[in-house]
Amino acid sequence: MQSAVIVFPGSNCDRDMAVALETVSGQKPHMVWHGDSELPAGLDVIAIPGGFSYGDYLRSGAMASRSNIIKPVIEAANRGVKILGVCNGFQILTETGLLPGALMRNSNIHFVCKDAELDVVNTDTIFTSGYDSNAPITIPVAHHDGNFFADDETLDRLENQNQIVFRYRNDINGSSRNIAGIINEAGNVLGMMPHPERAIDKKHGGTDGLALFESLLG
Amino acid sequence: MKVRIFVTLKDGVLDPQGKAIHHALESLDFSGVNDVRAGKLIELDLDPSVSREEIEKMCDKLLANTVIENYDIEMPEAAPGTVS
Repeated sequence: MQSAVIVFPGSNCDRDMAVALETVSGQKPHMVWHGDSELPAGLDVIAIPGGFSYGDYLRSGAMASRSNIIKPVIEAANRGVKILGVCNGFQILTETGLLPGALMRNSNIHFVCKDAELDVVNTDTIFTSGYDSNAPITIPVAHHDGNFFADDETLDRLENQNQIVFRYRNDINGSSRNIAGIINEAGNVLGMMPHPERAIDKKHGGTDGLALFESLLG
Repeated sequence: MKVRIFVTLKDGVLDPQGKAIHHALESLDFSGVNDVRAGKLIELDLDPSVSREEIEKMCDKLLANTVIENYDIEMPEAAPGTVS
């Protein structure tokens, strides 16, 4: 299982992501710099980590989604390589158009940093097959721009096609229909605001993120 | 030539910043403020050869996220202080 973590200036969860990938797969991921224009050959998984790429200039994820490495990432996504975008990674995926919608400033304008309770709405994905849909999970969130927005038509489509994967059990940021994470139509690109890589070890205070990496890398 | 791009949230898109500014104005005892919407102004210094079509492409590809934002382009011909 070959994986890579894309590193932008301002990424700050890239190492946590690398630890999570290595812990579960037993193999060190490639760390790929944003200025590169090629990905290592034979990747199965690409993770786009959290942080504040390019200082959130213009819009969160806007600059990163136009950087050199994104073109090969989009090509890889279209070939079926699995892409996991967490927090800033989710923002970047919406800015590239790989996922619909946009992540706006939290409705109460506060940075929200806490454990969030989530429902795993769709357990029939390559990212969530290890979860039980009847058991809520707890995963940390830490974001300022996590308020998922899309027009009603897009939201209905996401809902009807089971593309909503995670929902907040309580409204923490104003997201439309409490959306915390969505998947693309093809089922190989997942974006989520909560940080599963921060919940893989008992010392983290919880291990509810582990099943995501086990599903993905298993 | 100096071109100004005004990026604003689409109607119907909640604007938390605008709301906070509105609230702050009220707490400063300004009355009669019905609504506040916050946006961005981006100034471009461009060669005169750059077409409006090209500027629209810049907006669509980077300067605005058209999922949530609209943009207005103010070219130098416009009278000062007006938004096209």
